[in-house]
Amino acid sequence: MVDRIAEIWGSRTPYAREERWPVRVDQVLAEGVQESEVQRWVQSACVLCSNGCGIDIAVKDGSMVGVRGRSMDIVNHGRLGPKGLFASWQGMNHKDRLTKPLIRENGVLVESDWDTAMERIVSRSRALLDEKGPLSHGFYTSGQLFLEEYYAQAIVGKAGIGTPHMDGNTRLCTATSAAAMKESFGSDGQPGSYVDIDECDAMFLFGHNMAETQTVLWMRVLDRLAGPDKPRIVCVDPRDTEVARHAEVHLPLRPGTNLALMHGLVRELFANRWIDEDYIAAHTMNVEELRATVEPWTPEAVAETCGVAAEDVRRAAEIFGTSDRVLSTVLQGFYQSSQATAASCAVNNMHLLRGMIGKPGCGILQMNGQPTAQNNRECGADGDLSGFRNWENPQHVQELADLWNVDAAIIPHWAPPTHAMQIFRYIEQGSMEFLWVSATNPAVSMPELPRIRDILASESLFLVVQDLYLTETAQYADVVLPAAGWGEKTGTFTNVNRTVHLSEQAVDPPGEARSDLDTFLDYSRRMGFTQLDGTPLLDWKGPEDAFTAWKECTRGRPCDYTGITYEKLRGGSGVPWPCNEDHPDGTVRLYRDGIFPTDPEYCETYGHDLLTGGTVGPETYKAMDPGGRAIFKTAPYHPAHETPDEDYPFRYTTGRTVYHFHTRTKTGRAPQLNDAAPAAWVEISVNDASDLGLGEGDIVRVESRRGHITAALRVGDIRDGTLFAPFHYGYWDQGGTPAQEHRAANELTITEWDPVSKQPVLKNAAVRIEKIADGTGPSLAPTTTASRPATHKPADSTSQTGRDSGESRVLPPGPGQQPAHGHGRRSSRRILPTAGGSAAQATETIAPVEPPAVATKEERA
Amino acid sequence: MKLPTYLGLLEKSESTLAESFRQVARGHGHEPDVHFICQTLAAQCDDHQQALKPVLDRYGEAEVDDEPARLHADGLSETRSGPLGLLRDLQDLYLLASLVDITWTMVKQAGQGLRDKELLDVVAACDGQTTKQLKWLSTRMKQAATQALLIAK
Ligand code: SF4
Repeated sequence: MVDRIAEIWGSRTPYAREERWPVRVDQVLAEGVQESEVQRWVQSACVLCSNGCGIDIAVKDGSMVGVRGRSMDIVNHGRLGPKGLFASWQGMNHKDRLTKPLIRENGVLVESDWDTAMERIVSRSRALLDEKGPLSHGFYTSGQLFLEEYYAQAIVGKAGIGTPHMDGNTRLCTATSAAAMKESFGSDGQPGSYVDIDECDAMFLFGHNMAETQTVLWMRVLDRLAGPDKPRIVCVDPRDTEVARHAEVHLPLRPGTNLALMHGLVRELFANRWIDEDYIAAHTMNVEELRATVEPWTPEAVAETCGVAAEDVRRAAEIFGTSDRVLSTVLQGFYQSSQATAASCAVNNMHLLRGMIGKPGCGILQMNGQPTAQNNRECGADGDLSGFRNWENPQHVQELADLWNVDAAIIPHWAPPTHAMQIFRYIEQGSMEFLWVSATNPAVSMPELPRIRDILASESLFLVVQDLYLTETAQYADVVLPAAGWGEKTGTFTNVNRTVHLSEQAVDPPGEARSDLDTFLDYSRRMGFTQLDGTPLLDWKGPEDAFTAWKECTRGRPCDYTGITYEKLRGGSGVPWPCNEDHPDGTVRLYRDGIFPTDPEYCETYGHDLLTGGTVGPETYKAMDPGGRAIFKTAPYHPAHETPDEDYPFRYTTGRTVYHFHTRTKTGRAPQLNDAAPAAWVEISVNDASDLGLGEGDIVRVESRRGHITAALRVGDIRDGTLFAPFHYGYWDQGGTPAQEHRAANELTITEWDPVSKQPVLKNAAVRIEKIADGTGPSLAPTTTASRPATHKPADSTSQTGRDSGESRVLPPGPGQQPAHGHGRRSSRRILPTAGGSAAQATETIAPVEPPAVATKEERA
Repeated sequence: MKLPTYLGLLEKSESTLAESFRQVARGHGHEPDVHFICQTLAAQCDDHQQALKPVLDRYGEAEVDDEPARLHADGLSETRSGPLGLLRDLQDLYLLASLVDITWTMVKQAGQGLRDKELLDVVAACDGQTTKQLKWLSTRMKQAATQALLIAK
């Protein structure tokens, strides 16, 4: 048994390059339940991050009583991380679950029944459609639903109502991943595979704290690092994360300067001729524009702007330029920071320059945040056209009209889909009066929360919220619909590396809760949406009908599902798309032949100017004639729009901790996880704490131009001049409103987004900090991860990164303020290591079985 | 030779456009994309004026009251409010940027006739950005137009 709160990544199973990752089966059962008492194990995959680990749900007496990893699954080879082990099932079993629809009567939410609640929605919806038309309606969905549900929602929105105002919280987590792939390669679609971890010589993690965000993927890396011929690691992250601690080169750059660093790395590749001229000539275009844009960015110029050592920039570039097989991963450090799409495209550019794409160990993983974000993008619940179709291509619009048997004119295609931030702006301005939120919590996860709360509370807004629990957002709703969730319904979803999993129903939903699919089908029926021949727009009986319809929608598209059935997914591993006649077992890597989906008739987008987001447009794109070549896309660097100044001298960044997901809706209800990270905190560096006379556990107020939070201080190994706060903590377990104390990280963040991906800039703002009370003990931040207490001594980070002397943040230390050593002023406050004790014990069985592999023929070819 | 007049017109139009981008940035702070991108584009217009300096010096001042000088358009004196106001302000910017764009084209024609490499390099560096400014303006207006014209309050 292993304490999987203390030992996040569990036991090591080392392996060598080109071997397959050994199997280790992780299992946990509810206290008091013996394995022999489990009546059924039901196949599923985990929905607590984008990794999509294959999981079996233990069922006893109609309840979920535990989980184990699926040994035959190509994603996790049997393993599970702390969230999968503890939150996946306990997060569903909680007494707080919504069991009946709620409607607002005289200002308060009261229990009701489905008929009444749905009729209330439908009558408002119909009245608005009659009076104001489809632009009065918006949908804001999630990265948590199943494929079948997104596809239903996409059709209802695009072909039933005809509104372009559809998006998901995937806008906050994964929009840049999609945008960067569309710009570089012509379409969404992950080039790389997790198998590339087994094959690579070097790994670059760009703004990706994999150790905390995708713990099982990090186990795979740790096992390579524990084996022979381990890969060299380069980490780009302002915090001293677990990844940074394993890195040969750590570039702790100033938040907001990613693109400058990337320009410097790309320039080094050119300058040292670490490029593949033949590949560039045959498979890419625009290389000269790229060369000209990066030209000013010498390592010294990068050092000046990013606050990293020029020598480290050279070393990192050399690792990229001289390793045979490089795997890159990218996540929120890039996606949620300024110039997100340009910085993420730069990673694609580095791989294209070296021709390192589509080959073993040479992948790119533009990561996702949430488990089903990929399906939201594929189906077009985020406003895109279903099946990676191009809204600017009339032929693509007609294909959808034919599939759905509707008039093409109803499908919104006159402008780009309305992104989430703009949806909220239209509500603020009063022109959108109907918003349907499913499985997400904008009242905690959106930027600048004081503004978001005002918008959700707008008089003119009719708000429908569909969720498992009465979230902060649900409390603003006019109608709340109780949703059936994971393990309570059947459907499929797809992880970061295109692997499609089936998740079967294991138990009945509580009370009257219904699947999101049933709810959307019911809405469509009650609204009377029809096809051209007068038959119902959606006549599906259940999820498998939806999946069958979806397969037709993907035929011939990059995300081809036509070779997948529920039956094929049952019993074995997930299967990576495209899966069709040519690839009956799925596809490990895209672009093996160097042919990219940029053909004007086929591509998902004609692209954008990365500086402004202006569309390239069909004429210009066709004149460029990319003809299957990838496109080097870039933009000049400009500084973040909000940088530190005298009033707000610190840079502020936000992120996850390993023990929680999103707004803790499930993880906060798993006792092991909640105990490990029970309360919000703020991180500061040793030097800054020392300069300001602050100590571990002091209660501080952090303030931006938009709002403030109050939390206990963790003196940690973050870079000087930067403060960090985890974004999970809201108010549902504090009475629902920020009445007493603001603690949500997004109280402070700025309303701004990337011009291309429209992803909000959640990782860069300017703030100030002040102490409001002495702490009564240390902060409750976990000690096992990036938030661990400082190991650096004051000023010892100077040699590595240099202080941000250009930013007038530092007050000269007064006499007697220098701490004796590195843990801030009151080092006597002993910090207990984070551990889970007896409640957090899980078994790990290292099984002597052949590790799984899918599409083996291709992989070994 | 009328080229100096056109160079003067170009410089003046870039300066008007820069000031108008700034005006719109200030007036539409609640539309963060417009607010920030207009600032970036204003800075581009400043750069264009800088880039024109050496060429202007070489060709000298235009004669006063030369006819094409009256072509110049006034910038935005104030911004409007609300969704329709935003649309109309962006449309004004579009007109100003179009004047800049077509004036670059005229100047390029003259530069080709003169085989003036320095001038042609300046055109190549700047006019592409003006084209992208127009693309952004049109993209943003298309995004806003349906809502603003049909249902905005
Ligand atoms: S890594 Fe992600 S998908 Fe896998 S068990 Fe952990 S939370 Fe679930």
